[in-house]
Amino acid sequence: MKNHPYQNLNRHTKSVFALVDCNNFYASCERVFRPNLQQKPIVVLSNNDGCIIARSNEAKALGIEMGAPFYKFRQLIEKNKVAVFSSNYTFYGDMSNRVMKSLQMMVPDLEIYSIDEAFLRLDNIAFDDIINLCYKIRFNINKWLGIPTSIGIASTKTLAKIANQIAKKNLYNLAPNHLCDLRDENLQIKVLAQTAVQDVWGIGKGISTKLNAIGIENALQLRQADSKQIRKILGVVGERIVYELNGISCLHLEEIAPRKNILSSKSFGKNVTAKSDLQEAVANYAVRACEKMRKQKTLAQAIHVYIRTNPFSNKPQYCAGNAISFASPTDNVAEIIKSALKILEQIYRKNYEYKKAGIMLLDLVKQGENEQINLFQNDLFLNQNINENVKKFDDKKTEIIQKTLEKINQNFSKNTIFYAIQGTKRSWQMQCNKRSQHYTTDIKELVKVY
Amino acid sequence: MTRGGYRKNAGRPKGNGKYQEPTKPVRIPLSLLGKITDYIENKGFNLPLYNSTVRAGFPSPADDYIVENIDLNKYLIKHPTATFLVKVAGDSMIDAGINPDDILVVDRSLEVKNGDIIIVAINGELTVKKLSKTTKGVFLMPANKKYQPIPLHDFNDNIIWGVVTNVIHKL
Repeated sequence: MKNHPYQNLNRHTKSVFALVDCNNFYASCERVFRPNLQQKPIVVLSNNDGCIIARSNEAKALGIEMGAPFYKFRQLIEKNKVAVFSSNYTFYGDMSNRVMKSLQMMVPDLEIYSIDEAFLRLDNIAFDDIINLCYKIRFNINKWLGIPTSIGIASTKTLAKIANQIAKKNLYNLAPNHLCDLRDENLQIKVLAQTAVQDVWGIGKGISTKLNAIGIENALQLRQADSKQIRKILGVVGERIVYELNGISCLHLEEIAPRKNILSSKSFGKNVTAKSDLQEAVANYAVRACEKMRKQKTLAQAIHVYIRTNPFSNKPQYCAGNAISFASPTDNVAEIIKSALKILEQIYRKNYEYKKAGIMLLDLVKQGENEQINLFQNDLFLNQNINENVKKFDDKKTEIIQKTLEKINQNFSKNTIFYAIQGTKRSWQMQCNKRSQHYTTDIKELVKVY
Repeated sequence: MTRGGYRKNAGRPKGNGKYQEPTKPVRIPLSLLGKITDYIENKGFNLPLYNSTVRAGFPSPADDYIVENIDLNKYLIKHPTATFLVKVAGDSMIDAGINPDDILVVDRSLEVKNGDIIIVAINGELTVKKLSKTTKGVFLMPANKKYQPIPLHDFNDNIIWGVVTNVIHKL
């Protein structure tokens, strides 16, 4: 370790992270306002009701698969009276925002990792108090918001992620209360030996085959591997994962993308108050997130944007976020930026000093994975609409319009034109058949009490 | 042919670049770089546009007394993250001043006390009633003679959805 670039990181070895993850977040949100669905199976569908993107534990037990097309399980779903919801990102976004704000009230140092996960930093809290604090966090989030959570505690984010997996499923009967403390060295060794490398945070299937090839099959073997050798195979992030498994904290959240979401966020170098500065930042994050998404050939179903002030300053505090869903899954940069700015417009408040902004692209699907999407994007549908508009004009104007449209078609992707004309109309017609109410954001859609 | 040195008429003609005039490289302190590029991009300083008229004469004496507007959110909602609005359907609480179509402010973070008006999940439905803990047991009391008290045989905190803190009634 002598001349190692991370030798200075020893000061971080006393760090403690807790990963708070909401259990079956979308399904749990739906349950808050529908008490009749307690202990009942629930599934949530992607935009246009194409795929299953969330399941309650009861639905998982029925064998309904994550990401599967809805029609594949339609019979099973109907037979077992599974409650089916279209995705309601406005609602989930607001609930997520409430969860994060509540967490921040209890632990100021928080990093939002996805719509339903956040890392808390608990460095300067006594060893035993940490457990009590985490119990309190679980209790409060459940009481205040009706959302059950799982918490994994460890000295690094990578280990906290593993602890969280244990907490969620109560693996090895280590976490009967959805709380797993993985700070004990002996426990780590026991658990890591039973964790497959592909289940380690940041190690996908592609990488795990490479590791398997050199005889590394579980997380303990990866932890004991020569970090230099791993660096040769996996690069610097791989090397850092080895350090993280050894309890040395050195990974930034941005370096590891969640599998189903893309996160792009950053603290500002200095505090920012102007809306224009935030707009610029958010637009930049949107572009960056789109690049990541295009690289992995996926499409996003919704976008979540948040902004917050510095929790460690004495200045007035503000923290807000919101989500909106796209008419159909998209990787169109222009549309994503537009949506991001629209959310920013809603959540921005004057006179606060903002420290951080972030965007999340939610529930990614592989391009061409959802058949129903293609139905709406095909040319026939497009031309029909163009023709409707075109009929209003005489022949000469028609020609001009047609040519203009063709030009737009060439210059932009077909999606662009399709959105411009169809706008939100279709999203109402096609996508929200089974959407729950906007319980928390629209006064006309409040839940009824009798 | 001469070697090296100045070649006449080589390179881009002066003054036809981005700025349409001759330019010159200079050293700029990094801290001022943004300001100077802004200055160049805007061809001068951009003065902020003030959205007010300049008045001749005396300033309004009211200008010194501008205070914040009354914020009903602050007044009605003590714990914003844990507070939800719900809408009343039915007349079971009419004598407590809770009418159909009223909006209730519900705080889920409060501890339930005897006599609170609460939202409870019963038979899969959300209902608003008054909590009454007596020696005979725990009851959900309606505020309308037409309805009977609902006994809660296995009362526990899990069925409590939240505590009603305010009623918003439209006249």
